[in-house]
Amino acid sequence: MLGKTAGGLFWMFRYLERSENIARLIEAGFRIALTRPGSEEWASVLRTAAAEELYVSQVGEIEQARVIDFLLRDPNNQSSVMSSFAQARQNARMVRTAITREVWEAVNDAYIALKATLARPVAERDLPDVLAQIRQHSALVRGALHGSMLRNDVFDFCRLGTFLERADNTARILDVKYYVLLPSVTQVGSSLDNVQWETILRSVSGVRAYSWLNPGKATPMGIADFLIFDPRMPRSLRYSVTKIRSNLDMLETDYGMRRPCHDTIARLDQCLTDGTIEAVFEEGLHEFLTDCLKETARLGTEIQTDFNFTD
Amino acid sequence: MRLTINYTSTYQFDEPVHYGLQQIRLTPKSRIGQEVLDWDVRIDQGRVETQFSDHHANEVSLVSIAADAMAVKVTARGTVETQDLNGVVGRQKGFVPLWLFQRSTDLTRASLNVRNIAKGLKDAHDDDIALLHALSERILSAVPYRIGATDAATTADGAIESGAGVCQDHAHIFIAAARAMGYPARYVSGFLMMNDTDHQEATHAWAEAHIDGIGWVGFDVSNGISPDDRYVRIATGLDYRDAAPISGLRFGSGDERLSVDLIVAQQ
Amino acid sequence: MSDETQFFDEMFGSGTDARAPYKRYSDWFSNEDPKGLMKEAKEAESFFRRTGITFNVYGQADAEERLIPFDIVPRIISGKEWARLAKGVEQRVRAINAFLHDIYHRQEILRAGRVPKELIARNEAFLPLMMGVEPPGGIYTHIVGVDLVRTSENEFFVLEDNARTPSGVSYMLENREMMLQMFPELFGKMKVQPVSGYPTALRSSLAATMPPDPSPDQTVAILTPGIHNSAYFEHAFLADHMGVELVEGSDLRVVDGRIAMRTTKGYKPIDVIYRRVDDEYLDPLNFNPDSLLGVPGIFDVYRAGRITIANAPGTGIADDKAIYSYMPDIVEFYTGEKAILQNVPTWRCSDPEALAYVLDHLDELVVKEVHGSGGYGMLVGPAASKRELAQFRAKLEAKPEGYIAQPTLALSTVPILTKAGLAPRHVDLRPFALFSPEGVTLTPGGLTRVALKAGSLVVNSSQGGGTKDTWVLEDD
Repeated sequence: MLGKTAGGLFWMFRYLERSENIARLIEAGFRIALTRPGSEEWASVLRTAAAEELYVSQVGEIEQARVIDFLLRDPNNQSSVMSSFAQARQNARMVRTAITREVWEAVNDAYIALKATLARPVAERDLPDVLAQIRQHSALVRGALHGSMLRNDVFDFCRLGTFLERADNTARILDVKYYVLLPSVTQVGSSLDNVQWETILRSVSGVRAYSWLNPGKATPMGIADFLIFDPRMPRSLRYSVTKIRSNLDMLETDYGMRRPCHDTIARLDQCLTDGTIEAVFEEGLHEFLTDCLKETARLGTEIQTDFNFTD
Repeated sequence: MRLTINYTSTYQFDEPVHYGLQQIRLTPKSRIGQEVLDWDVRIDQGRVETQFSDHHANEVSLVSIAADAMAVKVTARGTVETQDLNGVVGRQKGFVPLWLFQRSTDLTRASLNVRNIAKGLKDAHDDDIALLHALSERILSAVPYRIGATDAATTADGAIESGAGVCQDHAHIFIAAARAMGYPARYVSGFLMMNDTDHQEATHAWAEAHIDGIGWVGFDVSNGISPDDRYVRIATGLDYRDAAPISGLRFGSGDERLSVDLIVAQQ
Repeated sequence: MSDETQFFDEMFGSGTDARAPYKRYSDWFSNEDPKGLMKEAKEAESFFRRTGITFNVYGQADAEERLIPFDIVPRIISGKEWARLAKGVEQRVRAINAFLHDIYHRQEILRAGRVPKELIARNEAFLPLMMGVEPPGGIYTHIVGVDLVRTSENEFFVLEDNARTPSGVSYMLENREMMLQMFPELFGKMKVQPVSGYPTALRSSLAATMPPDPSPDQTVAILTPGIHNSAYFEHAFLADHMGVELVEGSDLRVVDGRIAMRTTKGYKPIDVIYRRVDDEYLDPLNFNPDSLLGVPGIFDVYRAGRITIANAPGTGIADDKAIYSYMPDIVEFYTGEKAILQNVPTWRCSDPEALAYVLDHLDELVVKEVHGSGGYGMLVGPAASKRELAQFRAKLEAKPEGYIAQPTLALSTVPILTKAGLAPRHVDLRPFALFSPEGVTLTPGGLTRVALKAGSLVVNSSQGGGTKDTWVLEDD
């Protein structure tokens, strides 16, 4: 496979995951704003989307409708849902020969539909429907990928993009809010904290899953454990890293070559398999998350180099 | 005359070169007036990827620059036996038709300046060779030899404008003017043994015009003569770009500096 | 165009009964509900958009991909008619190849005075660097698209040859797929020769022109300028159907004396490259130094005989509009036979007498730029306004050698489906011929372009033309 193609697949799925993640962030922010008007939730949503600075310089004051529009459809915002989707499709066009017709059509259909839906600002009343539509389209692309693609290196690069983006996203959500999870500032039961925890879970669509697994035990440590270490949670760091590792392992076997990225992922995987939430809190949650973010960024760069995405 | 030639050129780069290629035309061929007895080209920090003979029958090596090289050094050395034929090198050979040498190129446009230099020559001379020598003289007086007034990308017209130039510029002006008067003309890059200099800092260049019944005849404007047995032809073409000893392209930032050391001596 | 002009309609001839090749289709059509067909046609369009069969239009601010409109009425050609065309196309392809070999070697045709030397000497499409180069297998034009028009039952003319990188073959293939899906029952009633073998034929044809000492894998690849190119969809489509890599200049470099592509496992040599990049941009080391689309050194590797470039650089000299008028002589010079396909009479405006005639009859003629393509820079005299005529007159007077003129041909029509039922529209035809040392392969069919505006003679997709599926029947 061409290195450029591998890169195109990787980025196509990173962007798809990103657009879905941004949609989830908007959903969480919107929900909190509905139930707790006046909270400063939108600022931290922007921070999580790594778009706060850009927003302030391009748009200005934080205001719900404008933030939503910025995150949903602003062409100047590289990570808006629409921008991410457009970039996913651009990459899909580039790797058209590597993906099946089903996958291409799912992406192209989604792009055509989203372009129409997001041609104008979305009214608050329509927001839930629009966000549901975005989720649905992502699910269709994922379904086409699973149902029609060979399980070869092409598939591996798609999955690497998905899970690297997801790991990065989950770590970022936690890091923006890490302070509310710290025992020192926790006043268990206070309404503020409950809201913050709920946002964290909502941002990864994990409210129900968490309470299902931990009935009646919503503690900061429990939530952090769930999002970092729980192997059953498909958006946890551990889950994402395990997936990255298995895809990289398959490439190692397939190509008969071990590269620097294989060592990095082995290290990261080890750290998440062996680690406990108690140890993380002891050493510092922020420091731990910063390390995780650094390692995933490094992994991204290594994958890019090791598989010759670019010259 | 038996000449020994020792040529070294070094490109030095400010930044490591990511990827780069060079076309190297530094292999003279045995032909009328010169016999190559031995010849060797060496590349440091580069690799000969492939070799071929171009449309002007020049021997070309395609060289890739070693990854992250800070310099490339090309060495060419050997021995050539030469004859003095008053610049006459024979008829056009190969597939390239003579009319191609009447085509002007970006470097050899027949601008107003160029045509002014040639003005009246046709009427003043019946003899082709006398005419072309007269052209050569006019060029040298209009554009005296001076290093630094022009560079490798200067056109014939540009050189006349700047009022001074080097052998490359003289050849370009000569070619442009000769073509404007209907002569097929070409650029020659080569070596010249200079009686007063041991170490030269560049290869030499001159022009050839095609005269019916005689064939190609050389004119070295800078020295005001037709080439003799001190001259070795390396490559020919429509202009400098076709016949340049080294031309290349590289990916990477920063500037480059070229230094040449050439020794041509009689054995 | 005067209203009385009679055009040959390929479905109905000059009467109201369908001509023989259309008989069965016409019977079928008369039993269909036109409204239902219109609805299906709409669905076809949304299908094309979904699958991404689009082209990018240059020079438009919103660089969105656009659809080429598709008409669901097929253009039908009998087996017998096709056989004659096929012979003519094959003859032309061989002559073009022989001409190119000659022009880049001994130039006998110039020495013989059959084609004026100036026409080559002053031509920008002539590539001196190709002089003396031996392309692998002696093939210059691996793929040729010959644009044909019909003016009557038995008269076909060649409008132009496309010997550089003819495009449109993906429409031939996708239009057929669409018709098979929409009207399976029709294909049961009529024996239509398949076109689906084209990608395989293209691949074998390219593989038959390997360089002398190919790499062990004998790799074929397609070189595209990238996703922003107007024909990117076609490049990806062909790569997909041929099972070869689609590469860009940035994927390639010179490695071990060959052109190699950067794969996830390292560099891998390419032996045959089907390039969809123009000569000028092909190699910044040898041609336009500013090109970012090309591959530095590819022409050197080519000259060293270590890669096949399809089509060969410099083939543009054969499809130049000024050369076109000499094609009958060229065919005769190299094949010893009269040209089977006719040329459209052409005035070369570089000739003062011809120019005078053209200026006198501007409102009757079609004037084309010698180096133009895509229907840009073209004047259709009878359809032009006074102002357009005046503007073109000025252009002609300023640079006569840049233009040729031809009579306005009475292009045949084929009906398209409109809200008001069938309506005749002008068409042309581009069949695609493949050439290798094993011979000429012509896929029975081609790209039928149709002017969608009533009365219009401009079929180019960039100028509002559409396409039709082209059916070549197996004769009973």
